[in-house]
Amino acid sequence: MQKTVSLTVNGKPVSATVEGRTLLVQLLRETLGLTGTHVGCDTSQCGACVVHVDGEAVKSCTLLALQAEGRSVKTIEDVADGDTLHPMQEAFRDNHALQCGFCTPGMIMSALDLVKNNPDPTDREIREYLEGNFCRCTGYHNIVLAIKAGAAAMRGAPVEPHGAAAE
Amino acid sequence: MYEFDYQKAASLDDAAKFLAAHDDAKLVAGGMTLIPTLKQRLAKPSDLVDLASIGSLKGIAEEAGGVTIGAMTRHVEVQRSDIVRRVIPALAALAGMIGDPAVRNRGTIGGSIANNDPAADYPAAVVGLGATVVTTKREISGDSFFTGMFETALGQDEIVTTVKFPKPQAAAYQKFKNPASRYAIVGVFVARTGQGVRVAVTGAGPCVFRVPEMEAALARSFSADAIKDIAIPDDGLNSDIHASAEYRAHLVGVMARRAVAACA
Repeated sequence: MQKTVSLTVNGKPVSATVEGRTLLVQLLRETLGLTGTHVGCDTSQCGACVVHVDGEAVKSCTLLALQAEGRSVKTIEDVADGDTLHPMQEAFRDNHALQCGFCTPGMIMSALDLVKNNPDPTDREIREYLEGNFCRCTGYHNIVLAIKAGAAAMRGAPVEPHGAAAE
Repeated sequence: MYEFDYQKAASLDDAAKFLAAHDDAKLVAGGMTLIPTLKQRLAKPSDLVDLASIGSLKGIAEEAGGVTIGAMTRHVEVQRSDIVRRVIPALAALAGMIGDPAVRNRGTIGGSIANNDPAADYPAAVVGLGATVVTTKREISGDSFFTGMFETALGQDEIVTTVKFPKPQAAAYQKFKNPASRYAIVGVFVARTGQGVRVAVTGAGPCVFRVPEMEAALARSFSADAIKDIAIPDDGLNSDIHASAEYRAHLVGVMARRAVAACA
């Protein structure tokens, strides 16, 4: 049976007709055309589909669209300020924290969730927080460097020269 | 996923009535196990009844010297709760080891125990701490709540409302994680209580189980050494691509000794 779901996506009110089994990620990608959120594993493990729901990171491949009724969803498309990248995005670019980029939207959404509660995370805390985000190209070294640099930029601390260039 | 109808329950009573009238309806709490199960077409419910709007199912309170946790309380809330961290730190630590941060932002204690996945973490805490599961109909002791693989004592229209954990003298949970899913390949919860020692094992068998031999040995002498010679038979233990039954049996001893050491 089809139902109407109403929610806020990237600050704008959205209504759509969905099936009970429609996943939030399908609503985002297929109905709303927000294809920055990716589907990697489809088994809730890889984290390429991480978005924020009411400010918290969740796996949009493991949430029904109807479970997001009345909630506020933020995707990677709403992270930059127009043409100006968010400091966390800028840090991923500066630190060469991606190769293919498939995992990057989820990495950035998880990184922002971490920094919200922990503005100055250690390497270990970053690695632990990325338990549910898989990268299959670079390894995690530069991703960790990027999140440290992004967190520093977000709290206004001087950004250390990045490690990637020194290696 | 097969098709189903999605229902949002306005109250516990609504949810129970719907379940009573629809044999193939299922409750959804956080959905962190149910939705992946549905995606694999391993279940075909007619309806999913979402409990998310029922505020009375959420929250953590210090009661009767222990901790009472509402069924719809999420893992992240238990992990970060000042009450749980002060009264039963091992329980907060266990919640912080479930899945990954995004999973902990959705998954709930009630969903975890009602689903009773053989590799879930919370069943080890419920049995290991001798908790009581409160439902819409009755109170069920942790020892009799989990009845088999994905099976519990819950009736068709019975809903978990809270779980009451007594405060132990000391407790710890140690798990050997599946590196991808973070589910327990083997997890052991050890608690020293006024009524004796409890050792509960998850991940190793089809359902959480206690190890009376270890409990007796630890009651005599609470040290990792006291259980080092106790071998766990591998009969009936889980065996899959991640670990053989023999390996799981071995890990029960290792995780139990680590948990005892962590209690000190």
